[in-house]
Amino acid sequence: MASALINVPAKAKRGEIIEIKTLMSHIMETGYRRTATGELIPRNIITSFSCRYNGAEIFRADLFPAIAANPFITFFTVATESGKFDFDWIGDNGFAESASALITVE
Amino acid sequence: MKSIPAIIGAALLVTAGIVAPLLATEIPQGARRSGYSFTAPETQAIQNDDTANPGMLSVLDGASLWKDKAGALSKACADCHHDAGVSMRGVAARYPAFDQALGRPVNLEQRINLCRVRNQQATPLAYESHELLALTAFVAEQSRGVAIETGADPQLEPFITKGRDLFMHRQGQLNLGCTNCHDDNWDKHLAGSAITQGQPTGYPLYRLEWQSLGSLERRLRSCMAGVRAQPYDYGAPELVELELYLMSRARGMPIETPAVRP
Repeated sequence: MASALINVPAKAKRGEIIEIKTLMSHIMETGYRRTATGELIPRNIITSFSCRYNGAEIFRADLFPAIAANPFITFFTVATESGKFDFDWIGDNGFAESASALITVE
Repeated sequence: MKSIPAIIGAALLVTAGIVAPLLATEIPQGARRSGYSFTAPETQAIQNDDTANPGMLSVLDGASLWKDKAGALSKACADCHHDAGVSMRGVAARYPAFDQALGRPVNLEQRINLCRVRNQQATPLAYESHELLALTAFVAEQSRGVAIETGADPQLEPFITKGRDLFMHRQGQLNLGCTNCHDDNWDKHLAGSAITQGQPTGYPLYRLEWQSLGSLERRLRSCMAGVRAQPYDYGAPELVELELYLMSRARGMPIETPAVRP
């Protein structure tokens, strides 16, 4: 039951600096923990996050085991034109989630 | 030899001095504070923003589970209760509530499972499972801002008393009762962390330490382990009575589910 929460302003003025907030549901199991019986719990993390603004990549991040569960990633960009933000999360065990948000630039 | 009674006397005085302030002094209505007010501004900011609060991920999952058909009767919660925003508004503010069939109080998780068994003919969900926490969080979130009114039902009276007795009762190797911290020392710190008043206004809540949502019972059990006592099992009547006392103690305070705590 993976789900994402995205916060992108619906409207912005041309040239305005806007904040984008993303929250992805993921356990981010480090791969260093053991069960009560001593078996290693295999690593299961998100390894990569990227954001495209009308197709052009504007932000990318690599994620590592020390990052907490449900990674919250925020960044800023300049609102240049109306269109779509596409978000992609890729991780271990074939994890791949995407989300998108629309913006109107006036 | 003259000094021995003096020493005993002094020891008694010291003991009295330690014990006396620990005698439960209940928090006056006006001085009650949500755990929110004890947290850092950064943690409060996470709770304030629904797109930053990881508890909302579970609420979203709960919203989809609400519509999922389950059990032998293939019924969804929504088939009977329809719009949760209407039917579930204020419900969490009344729990734990008295169940006529069982003759004792049940908490919100137990109510959801009873509903599954009785009305959906489905298997109950495991305590602390993602599904049960998500459904509970979704139901409780509908009561956000509603003042807690748990305990208004007179049938609950004896159970509140039992819960209060457990709250006051010293237990574990550290020989502490809940009251010793959460009534008497809530304005102080324990190993750098704020001791709160133990007002359960935001459960199930997202604890940064847990990196997940957790129930009030999980919180109570970890507190019991903290005083080196044997925690009650999930769903134990004693835990539900303690929850009931805590909720009735927080009467009038608004529900914050899903809260965020350190």
